[in-house]
Amino acid sequence: MTVAALENVEVDYASGRVLGPVSLGVEAGECVALVGPSGCGKSTALRLLAGLEGPTRGRVTRAAGRGETAVVFQAPTLAPWLSARANVALPLELSGVGKGEALSRADAALARVGLAGAEAKRPAQLSGGMAMRVSLARAMVTEPRLLLLDEPFAALDEITRRTLADDVLSLWSASKPAIVFVTHNVEEAVYMASRVVVMTKGPGRIGAEFPVAGPIPRPEQFRTTPAFRATAEAVSEALAQGIAA
Amino acid sequence: MSRIAPPLILVFLLLAGWEIACRAMQVPAYFLPPPSAVAVALKDNFPVLLKASVTTLSTAVIALVVASVIAQALAIATALSPLIDRAIRPLASVVQVTPVVAIAPLLLIWAGLDHPERALVALAVLVAFFPIFSGAAAGLRSADPDLERLFALYGAGRWQTVLRLRLPSAVPFLLEGHKVGAGLALIGAVVAEFGAGSGKVQGLAWQMLDAGNKLQTARMIAALVVLGAMGVALHALLEAAERVGLKWWRGR
Repeated sequence: MTVAALENVEVDYASGRVLGPVSLGVEAGECVALVGPSGCGKSTALRLLAGLEGPTRGRVTRAAGRGETAVVFQAPTLAPWLSARANVALPLELSGVGKGEALSRADAALARVGLAGAEAKRPAQLSGGMAMRVSLARAMVTEPRLLLLDEPFAALDEITRRTLADDVLSLWSASKPAIVFVTHNVEEAVYMASRVVVMTKGPGRIGAEFPVAGPIPRPEQFRTTPAFRATAEAVSEALAQGIAA
Repeated sequence: MSRIAPPLILVFLLLAGWEIACRAMQVPAYFLPPPSAVAVALKDNFPVLLKASVTTLSTAVIALVVASVIAQALAIATALSPLIDRAIRPLASVVQVTPVVAIAPLLLIWAGLDHPERALVALAVLVAFFPIFSGAAAGLRSADPDLERLFALYGAGRWQTVLRLRLPSAVPFLLEGHKVGAGLALIGAVVAEFGAGSGKVQGLAWQMLDAGNKLQTARMIAALVVLGAMGVALHALLEAAERVGLKWWRGR
């Protein structure tokens, strides 16, 4: 079942065309990685899928309604005046869930990302990785059918981003939302995704697609398997060609 | 100690120089009384000056509260509607650039001769309004754009976005605006008292006018000293309030 799809979508800004034509369907339960150089329209594609922006031409279909879509941005994007718990409860409260239930579901979501005990902390008291986990918990608390991540770990160190990648995968295997995430990092894309979509720029188009076999959540050894290496090399090559073209 | 000592030493030297100069040159007391005479005037008139400063301070505080309510309500209106925003902003600027002494006579007529205190509050409100309004208006636009997107994604309405995102985001700007506004409200209250020149409201400015008319220059300077002390105390209080408020807002 298709959760969201772009059909021959084009997006023009005042500066010219930034995306398209692009067609991309996201099936229930899959995890799609969008990789590509800066300015290839990855984030624009993500905003179209989220419904935060409309296409200039073409069609965007979304089976996942507004309340069933969640977005995680590059920065944690937390409200500094709210505790971690209140930040996570916010989407529930905005969609009309009672305060008590919202807070207890928020606590449960925080516990799932390993932040039990940090519920009362404010964003300023959290490390970058912890703040990003709160952001993930906030995205997952509504049990979305479509989870969109826009370079979610770009600002974090390598160890933290690997842990967070595993966090995302374990959340994903628990409730199976369709995931689309944007990244610059080829290894991260191949490790996390069941399908890697390589985008090229000027204007942004889809250059190539690579299915990634193997179990999810990934065992840690997955990074050392020949299949992983071969896919990562193919993706890198497609990226290099796209940049050269 | 090292932070307090230098200004204290400077003040002492200045006062000593002033005292010595007055005595050596035999300056007439109505022209420039020595600090010792000011100190005596301060002591003799202390109950009156204290009462006068309470009058002036209460004018400023009432004005601050009124200005705060009006400015924030208007700022929220501008945040809710671009049309209201375009309508209000130029008028707010007019209020900002109009000198309070120029409006004083008009407001005194409107308030009526029996209620000059209302005119004084209104004048102080005019002065305190702008920094609070412009702070609130800027603050209401300072929310993280990605948080605004999340609110849209979660289907938040306009009021929900204002109350749960934009207003809390504006808190640092509101604190700053109120700090500046409170200082201006005090200045506005004093200027308005001068403008009114009425014996009905006997605030600090009136004490100065009265003393000036009677050539009691020492009492005039004593009132000025009280006014200065009140300004410094008010500023320190508001700085502290801003620090505490920001600490609460950021959570550390």
